[in-house]
Amino acid sequence: MADTMTRKQTEGELAQPESTRGGRVFVPNVDILEKDDEMLVLADVPDAKAQSIDITYEQGILSFHAKVEPRQAEGRTNFLLREYAVGDYHRSFRLGKEIDPAGIKAEIRDGVLALHLPKAEPARKKQIKVQQV
Amino acid sequence: MVRFGLTPLDPFTVLRGAVNRLFDGYPYALDEPLFRSAPSFPALNVWEDEENLYVEAEIPGVKAADLETYAIGRDLTIKGKREPMDGEKFTYHRQERGVGEFTRVVTLPMDVETDKIQASLKDGVLTLTLPKAKAAKARKITVNVG
Repeated sequence: MADTMTRKQTEGELAQPESTRGGRVFVPNVDILEKDDEMLVLADVPDAKAQSIDITYEQGILSFHAKVEPRQAEGRTNFLLREYAVGDYHRSFRLGKEIDPAGIKAEIRDGVLALHLPKAEPARKKQIKVQQV
Repeated sequence: MVRFGLTPLDPFTVLRGAVNRLFDGYPYALDEPLFRSAPSFPALNVWEDEENLYVEAEIPGVKAADLETYAIGRDLTIKGKREPMDGEKFTYHRQERGVGEFTRVVTLPMDVETDKIQASLKDGVLTLTLPKAKAAKARKITVNVG
């Protein structure tokens, strides 16, 4: 667990362009799962709230940006140990034709953002029954 | 093993011992580097004010019921687990989010009232409030002008 969950801590990886306001932007860790009828993207975005997450779909690119405000006053907090920084999260995905963008849904629970990307009808797995003759 | 005779120490070992002794009384854990080669999970931010010590960790997706925190003396333990996905059939295309159990023990820089520690878990952020023990609080000493 330690090696994958601490990317924010070890690499402090920053997202590419962005940042019209100050502060850091992190690339959150994600899982991408395929189910029969949808792709599911899970992203670790601790402290992000539903109303501060912006999700857009444009020209085949699905992006989300979660704004996270600092939780402690910078400069006035007496830190004894600082192993991670607090900042926004941003990540983009290129969606294939098999996703139906109109049906994308998102929810957040316990700091984990879930993006449900329903498969377009032709991409859904169909069970074909074998007829016994 | 019984040790006998004297092994000549190299000067660096002697120096390291001396430096360690020098910092023995220092309240903050200097031998705990901020960044290690194998980082512990969860990462912690620790800060203080006059009354309390605060310990914060980002543990998205961990349920309060799967989390255990306690302090014995100055050793604070944060223990928990993140359950892997189960249920419906699925295949991973990418898996960056870790799952499983974690334990982290840190030595606090001062005595706290271990039975009055408060923990809150909100939006994947764990915040512990540890009231400082009386002896650890800074006291204002009034200087009498006489």
